[in-house]
Formats: sequence, C-alpha cells, structure tokens
Amino acid sequence: MRFDSLVDSVGHTPLVGLPNLSPSADVRLWAKLEDQNPTGSIKDRAALSMIEAAEADGTLQPGATILEPTSGNTGISLAMVARQRGYKLVCVMPENTSVERRQLLTMWGAEIISSPAAGGSNEAVRVAKGLAAEHPEWTMLYQYGNAANADAHYRGTAPEILADLPEVTHFVGGLGTTGTLMGVGRFFREHKPEVRIVAAEPRYGELVYGLRNLDEGFVPELYDASLIDSRFSVGPRDAVRRVRQLIDHEGIFAGISTGAILHAAIAQATKCVDAGERADIVFVVADGGWKYLSTGAYEGTLDEAEDALEGQLWA
Amino acid sequence: MAEVRIPTILRPYTDGERAVTATGSTVAELIDNLEANHEGIKERLLDGADVRRFVNIYVNDEDIRFTGGLQTAVADAATVVILPAVAGGAGESR
Repeated sequence: MRFDSLVDSVGHTPLVGLPNLSPSADVRLWAKLEDQNPTGSIKDRAALSMIEAAEADGTLQPGATILEPTSGNTGISLAMVARQRGYKLVCVMPENTSVERRQLLTMWGAEIISSPAAGGSNEAVRVAKGLAAEHPEWTMLYQYGNAANADAHYRGTAPEILADLPEVTHFVGGLGTTGTLMGVGRFFREHKPEVRIVAAEPRYGELVYGLRNLDEGFVPELYDASLIDSRFSVGPRDAVRRVRQLIDHEGIFAGISTGAILHAAIAQATKCVDAGERADIVFVVADGGWKYLSTGAYEGTLDEAEDALEGQLWA
Repeated sequence: MAEVRIPTILRPYTDGERAVTATGSTVAELIDNLEANHEGIKERLLDGADVRRFVNIYVNDEDIRFTGGLQTAVADAATVVILPAVAGGAGESR
C-alpha cells in the first residue's frame, strides 16, 4: 500500500483471528491490530481526527500551541501530527506513567508538564483545564469531550470491522476517554444494532482512586451509557495474565490495557459458549507492549508483575 | 455472604476496613445490610433510588448499571467492588 505521507496511512488496520484462544468454531475471537497505526496505537485515529476538525472549524491556527491531558498514547499521536503541521504541543501527564512514554513524547518534540500521581488522569485533566484558563492562546483539543475523537471510530474503526467481518456479534474495547466505544457503538447502533458493545475498564491501585470527596469524580463528557451493553472492571493481574496468553498462544505482543480488553472478550466468549450462541467477538489491540517493558509486566511471576504495577497507570 | 471492597474515601464508615462482608440477594438488599452495620454509607452510595453519578458498583467485575442496576442479583460468595468514577489510563485512553 502506498500513501502520500505518514498521516495518510492512519487506520485500515488488520483484523486477525485467534485460532488458539477462541473457545470453539462457533465462538470466535478476532483482534483489531491498532498497534499497526503509524505511532503504534489506536490514538493516531483520534489525534488526527481532532486536529483536522480543529483546523476545519478554525480553532487551530497555523503555529498554534496544542494542550492536552494525556497519559501517553494520545500525546505521542498528537505530537507526530503536530510536528508535521507546525504546531507546538504541551502534554499534561501523571508522573506515575512509564518512562518510555515520556521519552517518546520528548523525542517527537512535545513539552511535558507533570501532574501528581495521586488522582491519576483525573488530576491531569484538572491541571490541564487550569492551564487552558491561564493560556487562552493555547488550544486544548480535550479528548474526553471532543466529538471528533469518537467520530474517528465512527468513520474508521467500526466500518472497517463491519466490512472485514459482516457476521460480527460483539465489539470489545477499552474504556478511557470512551471515544472508541462511543464511536464504534454509535456506528453499530445505526448499522447493525444487534452487535453488543462491551467495555473493559482498567482497575488500578488505590492511589489512582484517591479522591478527597466523591464530587471530584470524573465521567468523560463523551460518555453515553446507552451506547454500550456491558462493562467489565479488570484488575492488573487478569490483564497481565491475558497479555501473556496472547503472546504464548497467538504470537501477538500487546500492551497491558489490551490484556484487560482480552479478559473482557474471553468473559463474553464464555457467556456465549454457556448460552449455546454463535459469536464473532472483535476486540481492540490498543497498542504493542514495547512502551511497558519497564513496568515489570512481562517478566517474573504473576504475583511479581501485579506488585510491580501497583500504583502505576498501566493502561 | 458477599465480600464488599470499600474505596479509601468511604473507609471512615467501615472503621478503616478495606473489605467488609454483607448479605443480600440483590445489590439493593446488600446496601441496606451495609447501612445497618456502617451507618451513613448508603447516603454516600445512592442518590435517591439510583447509584450516585460518580460511584461505580461492580458484582463479580461487572458494572451493575448494565446488569439490572440495584436489582442485580448477588450470588453467595460474590465479590462486590465499589469505586469512585475517575478518568482512566492510556492504552485506549488519555
């Protein structure tokens, strides 16, 4: 395949079967390899879509500075597009994110402002909103509330899946900004409403949930519960166990959040087997494992990996 | 008897305990039983007849908002996790 430039190659990722982890010929698992996007994650879709929407409506002017709260992948994707188009990028990132993500962001030319580990991404969002108020000349794309984030999946991810696998019955994605699930969910509600939309939500260590009061909680502005059908909470032990199974049985080297997504996909597959239903379950491989090697998730026992991930934003 | 995991912010109601046990065949019954032993906690979890916006409750790792809400069945030996809703991580997010 030939493209005019790197950003033109975003999307159109492979959908591959999992012959060894699928429970039966009637209940099959399929991996959407979003790690094969240009910077190695599904976030290339959202970043490109948000920048193009902001260019189109005039909120992003030539030479502008983009501000974004991000624990890594969105920042890396934005940095890649921004550098090629002459924008500066400032990322607000929780200090408990992996060193690889910081190095990559710096390499692509982003400036990083750290937010406190306690509170996780909540705190990054709060800090970024404060900076946006102090710097009205900066443009915050704000992935948690930007419709162009979900639109990338409505226009890209979901129709690609339907074209490659018309018999799809379930879609399983990670729940973060909710952009993937909202865009894919809306597409299938309109085009194949019997497809069930399943969310996999990472469950972190206690530090991340350290709110001072419950009113400080956060639900992304994009989130519409009517577009999903079930929501699994997945802890680090299950995520790591599944990410290792994915390498062992299918040769796919994925990031830890993908382990959480696969865990929910397998839980769904088990329900379908128990109910005697045919199912073709598509799940997202959000990124590869490269950026998480330093977290300790890929070596030692499960107990050791679980301990190593305590307090880290592993997804 | 279900195990109920309590988030840091609600532990003042459980004398600092991270997990407590409670009985009930549904989440609603379970919360009433929690309230009987940990007075005040129900008001922090529910807003009238619904779960509060920034509170998530999971029975065996499934969000009850998609499994019948407060009428979700709680099997014996189920694990119930209560968590505040927070912004997530990075693979899909941020």
